Amino acid sequence: MRRWLGSLRILATIAFATLGAQALTLQARAEDQSIVVASTTSTQDSGLFGYLLPIVKQKTGVDVKVLAQGTGQALDTARRGDADVVFVHAKSAEEKFLAEGFGVKRYPVMYNDFVIVGPKEDPAGVKGKDVATALQAIKAKAAPFISRGDHSGTHIAELKLWKDAGIDIGHDRGSWYKEIGQGMGAALNMASASNAYVLSDRGTWLAFRNRGDLTVLVEGDKRLFNQYGVMLVNPAKHPQVKTDAGQRFIDFLVSPEGQNAIAGYKINGQQLFYPDANDPNA
Amino acid sequence: MNDFAQAFETAASLIADFDVELRQIVGVSLGVSLTASFLAFLIGAPLGTALAIYRVRGKAGLVVVANALLGLPPVVVGLAVYLLLSRSGPLGSLGILFTPTAMVIAQAVLGIPIVIALVHRMMVDVWARYGDALLVDGASRFRAAWPIMAIGRDGLLTAFLAAFGRAIAEVGAIIIVGGNVRGYTRTMTTAIALETSKGDLSLALALGIILVILSMTVSALSFLIGRILDGR
Repeated sequence: MRRWLGSLRILATIAFATLGAQALTLQARAEDQSIVVASTTSTQDSGLFGYLLPIVKQKTGVDVKVLAQGTGQALDTARRGDADVVFVHAKSAEEKFLAEGFGVKRYPVMYNDFVIVGPKEDPAGVKGKDVATALQAIKAKAAPFISRGDHSGTHIAELKLWKDAGIDIGHDRGSWYKEIGQGMGAALNMASASNAYVLSDRGTWLAFRNRGDLTVLVEGDKRLFNQYGVMLVNPAKHPQVKTDAGQRFIDFLVSPEGQNAIAGYKINGQQLFYPDANDPNA
Repeated sequence: MNDFAQAFETAASLIADFDVELRQIVGVSLGVSLTASFLAFLIGAPLGTALAIYRVRGKAGLVVVANALLGLPPVVVGLAVYLLLSRSGPLGSLGILFTPTAMVIAQAVLGIPIVIALVHRMMVDVWARYGDALLVDGASRFRAAWPIMAIGRDGLLTAFLAAFGRAIAEVGAIIIVGGNVRGYTRTMTTAIALETSKGDLSLALALGIILVILSMTVSALSFLIGRILDGR
């Protein structure tokens, strides 16, 4: 019996060591052409990356590893040097990131819009209203509202909309306002399950498959414009950033080919993101 | 109820189609979890045995600590490993954040206390029965450890499977240290979390069904291998 255990232990150690060595060699080979892009949950949950990245790989040879985290967390990940590129949608947060010296340059890439989604019965009567009136009505009726609460681009946009509607949401919130600290999909799931209102980017909404009684109630307001930007993390702050592959990724996104690819992403014939890399004001 | 029925259908067709993404996430799940549980076992089993058979001052305290670590919150372990492996952290230059290696480390850290606690508990009983006989023959405690582990090998198998169960079910810690990168660090559990957040509940449930089947298969195979090795 002791003999068996001995050889078994040796066998296990060899197997483990081989597995480990294999994994490390595979990793090393793929490393130089692969970058880590810290991005939002909307670019992932909408299916954009699933569609776009094989095209990126084909045209540039760059292997993109996406961390879908929400704008705030994505920028923090980049500040710690754990990402090579950030691709997010909160211009104010992006400009702060640049000002702190963590980014090289901001390139606008594409935009879509936010929509307020809510139960078909619409207890607060917001359908067709402009966004400020809608939010005031939701608060007045104390209708359940789901907030991302996670410093994501959508959360930042939501807070600005409350402010523009003249509401100090931090102070005037009640139990009707539910801050969940999670991604867009989770927020939509919760809104669907509790018949609540929620601010969503249109891309994630179009791809979302658990709608329940939810439907788009407020859209088209200029204040619901949602711009995405991409930045290379500054190698001066983090020398290990893959600047070459990272810049190739960015260059493709803003190139006519990349912009056309983005415009080509549709669900049920509806376009989710609109390219605008050439817009100087974006 | 409709979701459940659809889930079984989806699970069956995913398996029948040999779906490529399914293969990827199954591969990552099994690879990472098996490696992590072997690691946890290789480290934890000798430690648990030593804890049972050696007499040291403060041993009771060590046993309490070992069992208390069973309550280590996985998400806290994930966060700690993340901070260690981050580029801004002490082990950042290794560059293993957001790789399967990081996931193995997090899951091994969670599995080691399980193996130590279970092995210790079982070895205390086995040692009580056979320990004196082994020592009387003149073996040192170190020498006696190996035959005692052989005698208690059924319990060792259970400890390994417990660590594996913990690993294969983990989601929070490995999303933090692995990043849930498609085709690379996405496992069955993180894929379930993702599909749920995309609202595709029946797909998430289908993946869950496949995961349970996988888990049971590993368990059954382990027992089978154990019996073959025993010549039973």
